[in-house]
Amino acid sequence: MEYVVITFLCLGILLYFLLGGADFGAGIIELFTSAKNRSRTRKTMYHAIGPVWEANHMWLIIAIVILFVGFPHIYTTMSVYLHIPLLIMLIGIIARGTAFVFRHYDAIKDDMHWLYNRIFRYSSFITPLFLGIIAGSVISGHIDTNANDFLSAYVFSWLNWFSVSVGLFTVSLCGFLAAIYLIGETDDGHDKRRFIKKAEYMNIAAVIFGAMVFIAAAIDKIPLIDWVFKNPVGLSAIVLASLSLILLWYLLLKGKTKVLRILAGFQVSMILLAISYAHFPNFIRLKNGDTISLFNTLGPEKTIYSLGLALLLGSVLILPFLGYLFYKFQKKEE
Amino acid sequence: MDDFLAARSQMALSLGFHIVFSCIGMVMPFFMAVSHYKWLRTDNELYKNLTKAWSKGVAIFFATGAVSGTMLSFELGLLWPKFMEHAGPIFGMPFSLEGTAFFIEAIALGFFLYGWNKLNKWFHWFTGMVVGVSGLASGILVVAANAWMNSPAGFDFVDGKYLNIDPIQAMFNKAWFSQALHMCLAAFTATGFAVAGVHALMILRNKNKAFHFKAFKIAAVFACIGALLQPLSGDISAKDVAKRQPAKLAAMEALYKTEKPAPLLIGGIVNEQEKTVTAAIKIPGALSFLAHGDFDAEVKGLDQIPENEHPPVAITHYAFQVMVGIGTLLMIISLIYFFNLARKGSILNKRWLLKLFVLAIPLGYIALEAGWTVTEVGRQPWIIYGIMRTADAVTPMPGIAYSFYIFSAIYLSLSGVVAFLLYRQIKMVPYVYDKTAEPDINHK
Repeated sequence: MEYVVITFLCLGILLYFLLGGADFGAGIIELFTSAKNRSRTRKTMYHAIGPVWEANHMWLIIAIVILFVGFPHIYTTMSVYLHIPLLIMLIGIIARGTAFVFRHYDAIKDDMHWLYNRIFRYSSFITPLFLGIIAGSVISGHIDTNANDFLSAYVFSWLNWFSVSVGLFTVSLCGFLAAIYLIGETDDGHDKRRFIKKAEYMNIAAVIFGAMVFIAAAIDKIPLIDWVFKNPVGLSAIVLASLSLILLWYLLLKGKTKVLRILAGFQVSMILLAISYAHFPNFIRLKNGDTISLFNTLGPEKTIYSLGLALLLGSVLILPFLGYLFYKFQKKEE
Repeated sequence: MDDFLAARSQMALSLGFHIVFSCIGMVMPFFMAVSHYKWLRTDNELYKNLTKAWSKGVAIFFATGAVSGTMLSFELGLLWPKFMEHAGPIFGMPFSLEGTAFFIEAIALGFFLYGWNKLNKWFHWFTGMVVGVSGLASGILVVAANAWMNSPAGFDFVDGKYLNIDPIQAMFNKAWFSQALHMCLAAFTATGFAVAGVHALMILRNKNKAFHFKAFKIAAVFACIGALLQPLSGDISAKDVAKRQPAKLAAMEALYKTEKPAPLLIGGIVNEQEKTVTAAIKIPGALSFLAHGDFDAEVKGLDQIPENEHPPVAITHYAFQVMVGIGTLLMIISLIYFFNLARKGSILNKRWLLKLFVLAIPLGYIALEAGWTVTEVGRQPWIIYGIMRTADAVTPMPGIAYSFYIFSAIYLSLSGVVAFLLYRQIKMVPYVYDKTAEPDINHK
């Protein structure tokens, strides 16, 4: 049963990254859109993600519940040493979630929208940035459980070049996912070209920040290159991601938008796989060299068994319903 | 502000905020579904518009409830890591099921809000019902988790270790049923009165009377049934608490000395230093009856409980008084309303009755918060009753006061914005939902 639970944990994190990431990205795209095109971008975005908006964010809840029920030691270690970035990410989630709904349901359209829009755009940037920082910190080995002073225990655990690079890399990936997604959501040629441009910029940004991650890893002596390239799975994941990127740009010219989404999602999944495969089942690397793995912190047997059962039962109820939701509100392609 | 107090205040604030928003998000879908059903049955356009108007409210409250709930699932660890390290695997079962219910609710809400003209009309109605039912289910599950803190079950505590963990047994702990029932009824009563009151106010102002009267009636019926059933569930809760948490019951009634028979105190000023209560009305034997169903039974006072295990008596006592007082008042309003309905009287001519409903807008929520204060403050100093103290569970990170200030500001501004949005929704009723309103229609 522990494999069921771990699979759902990985699935939850991956889907939050892909679907929630596309949501974050939509806000990032809006942030980097010139003022005259913003309202058009906003309209396309609502049309595209409005119906699935709330559902996309449930993956985070699922992941966090699995962590605190099944892997309490991981959950509490993160809660204590990454308190500050978690808090900032949460403020971002609150601000984004409410601003998105408020601006949509406010009965009167007036100056208040100036405020909602700003909150939405900036928090769309900050939330994935800190999500990435948290992910980076977990594997960076900066968490020091023996630290005695405030700064090394609660600040340097996440405020370091590696974590920040991962954060920026995450932001650019989210932007890339959203741009690709939005291309298929508009019929207007002008908008399409704009989203394609955005996808290109985000792609370039991802390459630059990705390089930064490797440089920062080398400086911090994090064996990232070994993790990614010294095993067949990581290596082939990276090769597949690169090949599919070429295919993606080729298909983009042909205007096949549906396949693009699958390819973009595939690339991001491959990148996550490449980074996490060699690391698995280790979850947190500590400064003293110890690791907290998914297996050595597993909750009691009965807990894992009932958690797994609850997840299986939940997925039987959720997945068909969710699939139908996506299907029903999918824009029809000619 | 020290870190422990800051952590407790932040938790209290987050829960206090979340509780109001999630209760509205949990109950309003039912109002919406009733109105929707009436539209499908009668084809009266007003019901359709009412459904749409309420669904906007549901969307706003769902979003606020969802983000504050997400916040809480992290805050449990951010503020109380030592608690979660041990409790997570034991009381996690209701949380994992709640995740499912919550997920289904979010999907159903997507269907409902965006499904107008896109879905089969009965399927569309059904998705609205699913929003309500799954919301209610997640409310019950979360309360079951909280009940475990009051009535720990499903493990053996041996030499500071948590052994033989059984999550199912933990979920169905002794307190889950009485707490969940009391909470659900409170949610329906509070939300019902708040919604009915807002619409009553609009009727009193002669605005879109037909529209607001339809809305008023649906909400008022839910509210009044809830208010009339609540004393029954309160009685179940009181007997349950007397058995499981005598310290809490003693604090609720500020019973410093064990008495047989014990009187019920109404009001009164508690002096925690001298352990006395002055200026209270005493009903002889009533507490004995409430706690044990026998006017002569002995009720355990705080003198039988070690001093370092006393909950804050004054807060618990006052909160309990507020809850019961308001509950009684709402019950009286409900009786008058049903009496009026039975006599086939038109409430539209009874402006005083409508004014009573307006008065009740905040009351249900004040009672709800007071009741929650009784449950949580009355459990102190324990975070897991009898097992782990709250002070031992708090995070080692210093500076929690700052995070408390930040979140106070966030929650205050969110509450402000939501109130502002609702005000604007109501202001737009004549332009969006009920354009054809005549100035004065006398409906029953």
